[in-house]
Amino acid sequence: VREAVAMDDINKITLIVNGETYELKVGNRADEVAPSHTLAHTIREMLGLTGTKVACDHGACGACTVLLDGKATLSCMTLTVMCDGRNITTIEGLEDPKSGELDPVQQSIIDNTAFQCGYCTPGIIMSSKALLNENPSPTEQDVKEALAGHYCRCISHYMVIKAVMEAAEKQ
Amino acid sequence: VIRMAEQYRYLGKATPRKDAREIVTGKAQYIDDIKLPNMLYAKVLRSPYPHARIRNIDTSEAEAYPGVEAVLTHKNVPEWEEGSPRHKRVLDSRVRFVGDAVALVAAKTREIAEEAVELIDVEYEQLPAVFDVEEAMKPNAPQLYTQFPGNIFPRGLAMFGPKTLQEIVIGDVDKGFKEADFIVEGTCMYENVPNPLPPEPPGVIAAWEGHDQLTVFTGSQSASMMRNFGQVVTNFADIRAIGTFCGGSYGSKNCPLTLMMYAAALAKVTGTPVKMYYTKEEQFIAWRLRIGSRIQAKVGIKKDGTVTAVSGEWVVDTGAFSEMAQGVIAVGLGEAQLLLRCPNWNLQTHLICTNRNPSGGIRGYGGQELKSALIPILTLATEKADLDPVEFFKKNFVKAGEGYYWRDGIWWVCRGVDYSKAMQRGAEFFGWEEKWKGWGKPTAANGTKRRGVGVGVHGNADVGEDRSEAYVRLNADATATLHSCVSESGMGQRSSLCKMVAEVLNLPLDKVHITPPDTFVNPWDFGLAGSRGTYAIGSAAIEAAESAKRKLFEIAAPILGASPDDLETKDGRLYVRGNEKNMILWRRAIGRDRTITGQGRFEPDYSIPNFLAIYVEIEVDIETGKTELLRVVAATDCGQIIDPLILEGQLHGALGAAGIDTALFEETVLDKRRGHILNCNMVDYTWRTFKELPEFQNVILETPISSHRFKAIGVGEISTSPGPAAVLMAISNAIGRRITDYPATPDKILKALERT
Repeated sequence: VREAVAMDDINKITLIVNGETYELKVGNRADEVAPSHTLAHTIREMLGLTGTKVACDHGACGACTVLLDGKATLSCMTLTVMCDGRNITTIEGLEDPKSGELDPVQQSIIDNTAFQCGYCTPGIIMSSKALLNENPSPTEQDVKEALAGHYCRCISHYMVIKAVMEAAEKQ
Repeated sequence: VIRMAEQYRYLGKATPRKDAREIVTGKAQYIDDIKLPNMLYAKVLRSPYPHARIRNIDTSEAEAYPGVEAVLTHKNVPEWEEGSPRHKRVLDSRVRFVGDAVALVAAKTREIAEEAVELIDVEYEQLPAVFDVEEAMKPNAPQLYTQFPGNIFPRGLAMFGPKTLQEIVIGDVDKGFKEADFIVEGTCMYENVPNPLPPEPPGVIAAWEGHDQLTVFTGSQSASMMRNFGQVVTNFADIRAIGTFCGGSYGSKNCPLTLMMYAAALAKVTGTPVKMYYTKEEQFIAWRLRIGSRIQAKVGIKKDGTVTAVSGEWVVDTGAFSEMAQGVIAVGLGEAQLLLRCPNWNLQTHLICTNRNPSGGIRGYGGQELKSALIPILTLATEKADLDPVEFFKKNFVKAGEGYYWRDGIWWVCRGVDYSKAMQRGAEFFGWEEKWKGWGKPTAANGTKRRGVGVGVHGNADVGEDRSEAYVRLNADATATLHSCVSESGMGQRSSLCKMVAEVLNLPLDKVHITPPDTFVNPWDFGLAGSRGTYAIGSAAIEAAESAKRKLFEIAAPILGASPDDLETKDGRLYVRGNEKNMILWRRAIGRDRTITGQGRFEPDYSIPNFLAIYVEIEVDIETGKTELLRVVAATDCGQIIDPLILEGQLHGALGAAGIDTALFEETVLDKRRGHILNCNMVDYTWRTFKELPEFQNVILETPISSHRFKAIGVGEISTSPGPAAVLMAISNAIGRRITDYPATPDKILKALERT
């Protein structure tokens, strides 16, 4: 009996996503987390949180960035089974669910129209958020370093830098 | 920004984009965020060979694979064809580039579809392939299509009407060369066929209802194009196209018909909705590149910069099929004439197919590709005449009263403003006079570093292209609904159109809404292309709003005891001018159970070109050959700014989407023995990061332009276009040697310096 319980534990993982706890089964059925599944896949396809974008799926463009225990992480390069018990924040988790108030970074991106097609924007916001968590008063160079892995083809870069600097000042 | 324009309630002021909250909270739905009930996933089996005949294809194992619902090959797909002229079957028994489609699979999950594709057994007969335009035109070259002998697309396709422009023949070039003080000849190649590379790969979802009703969700620039062009290829199915948010397009997703055909074919045989969404690798190997552009030309000029003659051959490589290359050529030829006032032209074009991933109509649409190759030849002449390029461009860019053959082959007379002023203000802001030292002379030299400056100019009369229709509905609750089929792929145009309508109706901006980009609920609109949003779509929206307002005033006039001409409205109240206190609400005039609708239509007008100049300063290390882009100044005159932040962002786009960096490092690297693209991922395909941003400033003039009531035109489409030639010029000046083959990578620079 004991062994069976233990096996059962192994076949389950817990993710805390945007403050909500999700218990997920590990396996190869359609409703289970396969050992090969990336966190990006699980977030989008199983949890239905499609704000996180998958663009290159190879860890080269930053679109899929989420916060893993507060750190900016490429969810397309992270296996879900490695995230058992960990805290994940996605773009959907930044807004205050009760008041509807946006995170200062989100608000500053709006105020500066710091996006065009918006596809890379969630990833950029998550990395900016991680930066400001670690370094509340970054220099422009710090912002550029933190966002160096984010591909934006419309060229929202100049507006984004301004927006992140303004968000830092307001915080 | 240099202000000359009127003050408005919203125009010219930064207002948050209406979709901003959706975007920053992750709620904006792009094509891959949408799932329909029971939806299947499509996957394409792609050719490993650049040219081959399919001898045999066995799909039995794939068909038997659990979760697979359909497998299609050239034997059982519908007889649909796309291309210009229609020549590309959905699936063919011949493949013409590495990555060409061989078979389609629809399955319950993406993974199953991917696995099933691997189970298809194909026997190929490899055929010789050709990758170079000159080789492709030779008598014994491999032939891609029997209907295009010599791999040359015949002229005569009426893409923009019966006289569609495919050559520039004006005056007498022999006479023109006789009048010249300097004659130069040269060849230049803009053949990097870069990928515009939107962050989001192309995707569509197709679902049939009954035999001939097809609903297509499309993550592209224009829902109307999808319905209109889609109907032509599907034997006129009743297509309803619904645009989703589009994660960047830059022309590459004007209308992803290829994907629509795949998804629709699979949806038809399965009776189930099917999503076709490319991977990033597929976007690299099987989705739209720029055209290849090679020009051999002869230019004659006088000492004072008057151009007396231009003759030459423009050889265009469209890859393995022509999506719309004839149209790209037509617009490019029109744009060349905007650049150069010249009475004698003979510029011939040749459209060639080769065995590589096909080209499309990418931002800059022909003009960028033509002029990036033509300007380096042209400047051989300005160098001989020792003319400052800024002065040369100021003298020669089209001015009001001068004419040009536009893409429709019709002679249009320019009604635009004089852009010399924008060039001059840009030059002053950049510090051109101090930095320009003459042709082949660096601005500064320090150790192994050489600085150089360059300038490029571009204009496009497509700001008034194609037709637009709009309805504006006034609702009793003092809101207005704009029915206009406009998708959002980054330009913020849906918001800008609401600003124009709010301005006409004097309503709070949050009381004006625009319908979703759905062909079922909207009248015709060609969609966003060629910067047509501000003038063409704007004109229709403004007319519809004005018409609705007039009807409202007519209804309200008897209630207020005045003539409709004496009425005004503000924030949903109606009153006689000067007597705001004595007002009635819209609700009273309209009635709670009625609405008022006005209509607007725009007819094409190619008489107003837009304009952008790009000034660049670069630094070359002559030891390593590496070039750094230090500073960019963009200068334009847009008549009236609709939204300053949106416009500035669009101009920053000069650095993106196969723009300025195609002069420095951006290229699609094709293995010309095996036909494979070697840099088909985001690591090997080099792109500029946040850490490598040059200083970037915009100089924006507002000289009222005779477009519509707000005197504005769009400019965003062309921001990628003037940069490449400007950078090449700057490098030539820095190192004192000419580079005539893009991009100017370190190896080419060192070779030019004879350091290798």
